[in-house]
Amino acid sequence: MSASPLPEELAPCPDAIRVTGMNKWFGEFHVLRDIDLTVREGERIVVCGPSGSGKSTLIRCINRLENHQSGQILVNGIELNANLRNIHKVRSEVGMVFQHFNLFPHLTILENCTLAPMWVRKMPRAEAREMAAHFLEKVRIPEQADKYPGQLSGGQQQRVAIARSLCMRPKVMLFDEPTSALDPEMIKEVLDTMIALAEEGMTMICVTHEMGFARQVANRVVFMDEGRIVEQNEPEAFFHSPQNERTRNFLGQILGH
Amino acid sequence: MDFVDTFLNMAVIQRVLPMLWLGVGNTLALAFVTLSLGAVAGVLICLIRLYAPWPLRWLAIAYIDLFRAIPILVLLVLIYYALPFFGIRFGSFVAASLALGLAFSSFTAEVFRAGIQAIPRGQIEAAEALGLSFPVIILRVILPQAFRIAIPAHTSNSVAIAKDTSLASIVAMPDLLKQATDAQALAANPSPLIAAALMYLIFLLPAVRLVSYLEHRYRPI
Ligand SMILES: Nc1ncnc2c1ncn2[C@@H]1O[C@H](COP(=O)(O)OP(=O)(O)OP(=O)(O)O)[C@@H](O)[C@H]1O
Ligand SMILES: [Mg+2]
Repeated sequence: MSASPLPEELAPCPDAIRVTGMNKWFGEFHVLRDIDLTVREGERIVVCGPSGSGKSTLIRCINRLENHQSGQILVNGIELNANLRNIHKVRSEVGMVFQHFNLFPHLTILENCTLAPMWVRKMPRAEAREMAAHFLEKVRIPEQADKYPGQLSGGQQQRVAIARSLCMRPKVMLFDEPTSALDPEMIKEVLDTMIALAEEGMTMICVTHEMGFARQVANRVVFMDEGRIVEQNEPEAFFHSPQNERTRNFLGQILGH
Repeated sequence: MDFVDTFLNMAVIQRVLPMLWLGVGNTLALAFVTLSLGAVAGVLICLIRLYAPWPLRWLAIAYIDLFRAIPILVLLVLIYYALPFFGIRFGSFVAASLALGLAFSSFTAEVFRAGIQAIPRGQIEAAEALGLSFPVIILRVILPQAFRIAIPAHTSNSVAIAKDTSLASIVAMPDLLKQATDAQALAANPSPLIAAALMYLIFLLPAVRLVSYLEHRYRPI
């Protein structure tokens, strides 16, 4: 096994993610409207917007935790539809980090990290443990490997959740407000882990209101409101000269001016 | 003394002790078969109830409702005394295992369903997001957590069904109660019944303690 955490592979399609004309309803409620979003390999996108605007739903469509009703979603060239084989293929290449960590409480930290490599990639136990140890080292909690999630702080749990995803060697990482359930003093350790990941060239979509993070690592900031992508731009332009009225209002609220 | 001679007659108890031990063996065998087969069947029925396509799911719901509603004694009498009219004949041990097992599996299915439904949705989403297949999610993520949640209620049901093994004496199975009543008739003295009651307690009191302990140990946080 190579020690490189991010194997250089030629993707079959230059776009890591391509969403075109996508719509989604929850029953009668039209939650995502005409979404077009293309993410190139290695690109880092921050998604922000008011509560209920559909940010979580959008990224959950990208690994089909939610299904869309019209339009097309391609992940590494694989179309997401009812085809279970495609769904599993995409999920094994796309990591997701949740607001509430969702570690498996009955498994140790190490077992949390080896479960998917062993069962999805059919990796031998010893190799999976070695790799898990490597990624736990990377998120800077190697000494906690034999503890259970309940014994760790929120910040540590979230870093384990990141390591658990990385053990599948994903090509894309999705983050859904990874720091918003954390106490303020733990936010930085998680953001630092995400920044390190970004610097290695990981393709990332992060739903977050950490605007410092957005400025530092994002190639593009996407603003959503009422199920639409209202505006997207490079961070500098996005923060300094927002074009849309609603973006200006939103930025005024969260940046406090 | 009169009281001791009548109810705690050591000579009588000594004489019928082999009969009583045979009864203990049969009762334990019945409890073991019921608890193990009933638990496995219960978990399978629970999974069908939750995840199978609808015709199977409805069958599982009907099964669970039926065998939770019907009194075990009535079920036992039906199996042992009514089924022979359809040409289906079971020995008393099989009939008792069946009646107790049908009831216990439906209790188990309900307890585990509640356990599974208490697992936060995010657990399944995290497992799905990692690309795990449905059987692996069930075996490695859902069931281990459901077991923990279900353990107190499941142990409590197990003790209840272990007590209900005494119903088997109705269909002439030589369990502890049946052996004790036979011994009482033989000796014309109730001491064997007292001895049998004590034997039940020796097994069941620790079990009841265990239930309390597990309820404490796995109480919801
Ligand atoms: N499973 C569901 N069924 C019905 N409606 C839902 C479901 N999930 C989300 N919604 C609704 O869809 C809308 C968008 O939800 P979503 O969680 O995507 O918003 P969000 O932008 O992530 O908000 P927040 O910042 O609060 O996390 C909300 O109005 C929400 O109530
Ligand atoms: Mg959200």
